[in-house]
Order: sequence, then structure tokens, then C-alpha cells
Amino acid sequence: MSKSRISPFRSGRASAWLFASALLVFTAACGKKTPVQPPPPPPPAAPAPAAETQERPSITFTAEPSSIEKGQSAMLRWQVSNATEFSIDNGVGPVGSTGQRQVYPSATTTYTLSATGPGGTETKSVTVNVSSAPPPPPPAESHESSIDVINRDVKDIYFDYDSNTIRDDAQATLTSNAQVLKRVFASDPNILVNVEGNCDERGSAEYNIALGDRRATAAKEFLVQLGVPAERLRTISYGKEKPVCTDAAESCYQQNRHDHFAPAAQ
Amino acid sequence: MKKLQILLACFRNMRLALVVAAAASSLFAQGERNIINIETGQRPALAVPDFRGSGEAQSHMAPFNGALFSSLQDSGQFTMVPKTAMPLHVPQQPSDFKGGEQGYSLPDWAGPPSNTNYLAFGYTATQNGQIVLYGWLFDVRQANLSSAQVLGKVYTSTLDDQGARTVAQQFAADILKNFGATGLVGTKIYFTSDRTGHKEIWSMDYDGGNQTQVTFYKSITTFPVVSADGTKLAFTTYANGRPQIYMHSLISGRKLPYYNQSASMNAASDFTPDSQHLLIYSTAGSSFSQIYMTNVDGGGLRRIGSSRSPEVEPKVNPKNSGILVFVSGRSGFPQLYTMNADGLDVARLTSGQGEAVNPSWNPDGQHIAFAWTRGFEPGNYNIFVMDVASHQFQQLTHAEGRCENPVWAPDGIHLVYSSKRGRSTQIWTMLADGTAKRQLTTQGNNEKPVWGKATN
Repeated sequence: MSKSRISPFRSGRASAWLFASALLVFTAACGKKTPVQPPPPPPPAAPAPAAETQERPSITFTAEPSSIEKGQSAMLRWQVSNATEFSIDNGVGPVGSTGQRQVYPSATTTYTLSATGPGGTETKSVTVNVSSAPPPPPPAESHESSIDVINRDVKDIYFDYDSNTIRDDAQATLTSNAQVLKRVFASDPNILVNVEGNCDERGSAEYNIALGDRRATAAKEFLVQLGVPAERLRTISYGKEKPVCTDAAESCYQQNRHDHFAPAAQ
Repeated sequence: MKKLQILLACFRNMRLALVVAAAASSLFAQGERNIINIETGQRPALAVPDFRGSGEAQSHMAPFNGALFSSLQDSGQFTMVPKTAMPLHVPQQPSDFKGGEQGYSLPDWAGPPSNTNYLAFGYTATQNGQIVLYGWLFDVRQANLSSAQVLGKVYTSTLDDQGARTVAQQFAADILKNFGATGLVGTKIYFTSDRTGHKEIWSMDYDGGNQTQVTFYKSITTFPVVSADGTKLAFTTYANGRPQIYMHSLISGRKLPYYNQSASMNAASDFTPDSQHLLIYSTAGSSFSQIYMTNVDGGGLRRIGSSRSPEVEPKVNPKNSGILVFVSGRSGFPQLYTMNADGLDVARLTSGQGEAVNPSWNPDGQHIAFAWTRGFEPGNYNIFVMDVASHQFQQLTHAEGRCENPVWAPDGIHLVYSSKRGRSTQIWTMLADGTAKRQLTTQGNNEKPVWGKATN
């Protein structure tokens, strides 16, 4: 770096030496008139370093990465020599000889760094390509079947001991179930629902088959009143033959005293 | 809110019931009357010493002696003479009664300390590769040896433990016949077992031997019912999705045609005494399970009675097929009722307390056994017997787990039932006075037993 730099002060001193030595030779010739052998001619003047030695500014200017998505940033880095003034356009403004700056262009932008020095003005440009963020892909093709909808959105209802009365909480659930079922049945003619009545383990298995049937029928009648087509609902009693849990505790008994709505192919 | 009050009232009633029950049981203790009179005081004293076998037969005598003793003891017909009270020497054939050693004369047995009325004795041997039993029954109170013999017979079977048990059971059956007792040898118990991972129907001997899988539907198959003549088995299965009745021949083992009503549920409950009709409960004509009778092929559907409540488990009186006992929820929790086969004259048998289910007629047509939560929490069933005319009842199980589905043996003095202790449900038998309780099953869960007559 320093080798290639030729200071203007040093080149000025060299030219002063040349002038002085030329003057000395001239005065000596005037003092003694004796014919002397003329001195050899001075060596040809060294090429003047003067204006021609002022090197042009040199610029290294990069943008990393050169392609971003809208909203992301790119890093501009630069290093300039042989210049005294530096600036980057597009809103970056005056900068130092070396530096970096994070930029957030919203569209493809070409940044131009201008460096001005004794050797002139140099510019270098980098372009940050901005692609706008891709729009979200279309929602995946809907594979959600009627079965999935029913399994997810049609909820079990629960009963009191030895009862097939639709409780208040079950009425709310059935009302919401009816909305789902009407929609699903309207869009899918091949699906039906098994209303499965279940009981806790305490009653006799024989009586529970009958009680579970009542529970399934009670829910079916309620749904039909809300406009669900009766021919798409089939009742099955499992009595206490298909328990959800088997602990001897009320929390478990309550879980087992339920109607489950199971989708089935027509 | 109202429901809660009713529930609380129920609990209050239940507490009252407990007090009443306690008072009643103390009265009962004074009365000491069994609903089914097993006649403990009058049972003859039977001595059954251990038999010995000659040669290879001896290695099968442990199962032989076990089966012989338990068959006779469990019959409920005898007071068994303790082996420690028996004379030192046990005769092995009639010619051993020659006097001399203690035990070789009739009075040695008839007198104290054994006070025997009847002595079963004999021996086994190996003959033509089979086990052969020479068995005698002597009335040791007779003065002359020549008039003492009640029974003397030879039995043969395969030379293995099962064969040894078989000859013991046949001998026991012949002894019982001499006392007019039906005996249980040859009877079969059908039941539901989940030991394969699915509930299927199984069968076993009256003492728990020969447990054999009968159905292979790999679904939920339960509620077996056996016809009075022992030739048909009906049951309820989910093999087609919804509960339906299937009929099997117990002779061929094949499925027989049975037409199911188009209904959300059809369940088999009982054969009529003539084995020509089946009582079922079904939702065929109502949104409530109701009682129907059909032919054995499912045709000829006829409704019996009508109510706006679930009705299940109709059972025909074996002595009067014009009368049924059944379970109805018409007064709230399920209770036992009787009605005529035309659906009229409905009368409640149980008090309305708790839940009363699983009625079974005694072959005498006068008593029923059933499961009742009377005095206990819901689900805490015990076995009761009731005299249908007087409504007098007796509790046969106490704190022995959840006991359900009592069904009478053909002899009218034994019951088979299920008992759930912890998480395991198993099948037990007992005498109708609550004694001689024996567990018959151990593998998986076993329930819903019914007792079929001996078919041969």
C-alpha cells in the first residue's frame, strides 16, 4: 500500500534539487574564463511525478447478499482509496472510506458509490435485487373428508345415572352438532352417523343395552327436531360393553354415560 | 335441581333401608329359615374315604378323589363325614368286610366317632389300557352285610386325569340318583369369556372342567341362553354391527337360522319350557326395549305387555309358562315384575329399593334368584333368592364383590353366578343357602353364566 503511494511533498523536494544544481553550474562557468570541457549533459530529466502521479480513486463495493426478499436487508461494504469524499446514493449519503451499511430496499435498487480524490472521481455500482415475498401458496387441496369433520366437530353428549334425559349441556352440544351434521349431510350424500349410546358399569349389562338404546334414540330425536335428516342417523346401543375407561370412580362413570357420534359409510 | 333432590331423597331412603335391613337381618337370624330349604339336619352322613388305585391307575387318584368328594359334597345332599373321624382301615371291596381290623365291619362305620349312614368305597385299576373303577355304596346301618349294598357298579374311562375324574363323576351321579337327587354330572354351564380378547360364548362342566370356546365371532358376543332340552343355544352378538340374536345347535355346533327384527337392538333372554319359543327384548315396535316372544327361527313375533320404559330379561316360569318375571324401569330404577304371558296382571316383586335385575326361576317355579343393590350403592349387587308367593327374600352373598346373574342349576339347589372382585369377574357356584361357594374360572373375565341340563 505505502509503496505505491508517492507523496506530493517528496516530489516537490526533488524538483528543488534539480533547480539548485543547475544554478551552481551556471555561476561557476561565469567566474573562470578558462575554456573547460563542457560537462556532460545532464541526464535526461526523470519523468515528472507532478500531476500525472495523482492516482485515481480505487473502489471496492459489494452488496451481500445481492438478492433479497422484500423486508429483508442486504449489507453494503466498501473500501475506497485515493479519494477524499465518498458518498452513496439512494439515501445512504456521505460515508467514510471504508465501512458497511445495512440497507432495506423495498424494490430492486442500484447503489452507486462515488469517490472523489485528487486523481478524480470514480464510481462503482452494486445492485440489490429485491423480489417481493411470495404470496402464500393456495391452501392445500382440501382432503378433509366428512368423516374428519364429524370426528372433529361433532361432540359427545353426557347423561345422568340411569337417565336418558338430554341435559342442558347436552342440548347445547346437540344444537352445535346439528349445524355440523346438516352441513356435512348436505355436501356428502354418502355419509351417515351412528349414534352410539353407552352406560357406566354399575347397571346390569342387560338393562344397560336398553338404556343405551334410549340414550341414542333421545339424541337422534333431538337432532331430527333440529332438522337433521332422520334417515342419516342410526342408533346403536353398546350398553356397558364399550367403556371409555374402567375406573370405579364417578369421573369415569360420567365419561361412560355418553352418546358418541361415529361417522359411517352409507 | 329437582333431580338432585330426588337423588338425595334416594340416598336418604337408602340409609333408611340399611337400618331396616339391619333390623330385618337380626330378625332373620332368629328365624334362621332358608328360602330354599337345604334340610341340613336331615341330610344323610356320607363317608367318602380316599380310594386307591392299583398299578398305573394310582397316579391318577388325586384328581379322582378330588372330583368324587367335591361332586358329592357340592350336591348339598349329604353331611360329609370328616376323614379324621373314619376308622383306621378302609375296605376296598365287599369281601373286606370280614371283621378283625377296625373298619372291616359295618358297626365300625355306623358307630361313633364317624356316625356314618352311607359309605362309598372301592378301588381303581388298569384294564386293557383304560382306568376301571369298582365302586360300591353301602348302608352301614344295616344289621346284615347281605342287605347293606345300595350300589355296586363298574366304570371305565381313559387312563388319564380326565378319565379318572369322569369315572368319579359318573359314580357320584349314580350315588346321587339313589337319593332322588338330580345331580349335576353331565350338566353344562355356558358363559361369556373375554379370555381371547373378544367376548365369546364358552362352555364348561358343572365343576369348571372342560372349558371350551363355543363361538368365534371376534365381536361382542354375550348373554347366552340354553334351551330347556339342552339342544339350542341363543345369544346376542354385535357381529353384524348392532345387537342381534343368533341361534346355535348344541348338537351339530352349527348356526341355525334366526330372523332378527329390523330394530336397533334384539337380545335373547329365555327359551320357553317346551324349547319351541324364545323370549327376547327388542326395540322392534317401540323406541323403548320391550318384551316379545318369537318362534325359535325368529318368526311369529308377539309383543308381551307395553310400557313407556325399558323392559328387559323376560323369564318364563318353568312350571307355568303363562307367567313371566321381567325387569322394568317403569317405576324408576329397574325392579322385578311378574306378568301373565298375555301382558296382563303386572305386579312388582321387589320393594322399589335399589336396582333389582337378573331374575332366574328355580325349576320348582316358586322361587327366583336375582341380583339386587338393596341397601347398597348403585352397582353393588348381591345375590338374593325370593319366594314369589310371599315375597320373602334372603341374601346369599355378603361383601364378596359385585355378585350378579344368579342362575339355577337343574337340581334346583345350586346357583351359578358371577362375582367381580377388584377388576376381575369370575364364575362361582354355591348352594342356595349361600354355602359351598366355589370359583370355577380364572382366565380372563367370565360372566353371564347359564346352566344347561345334562343332554344324555
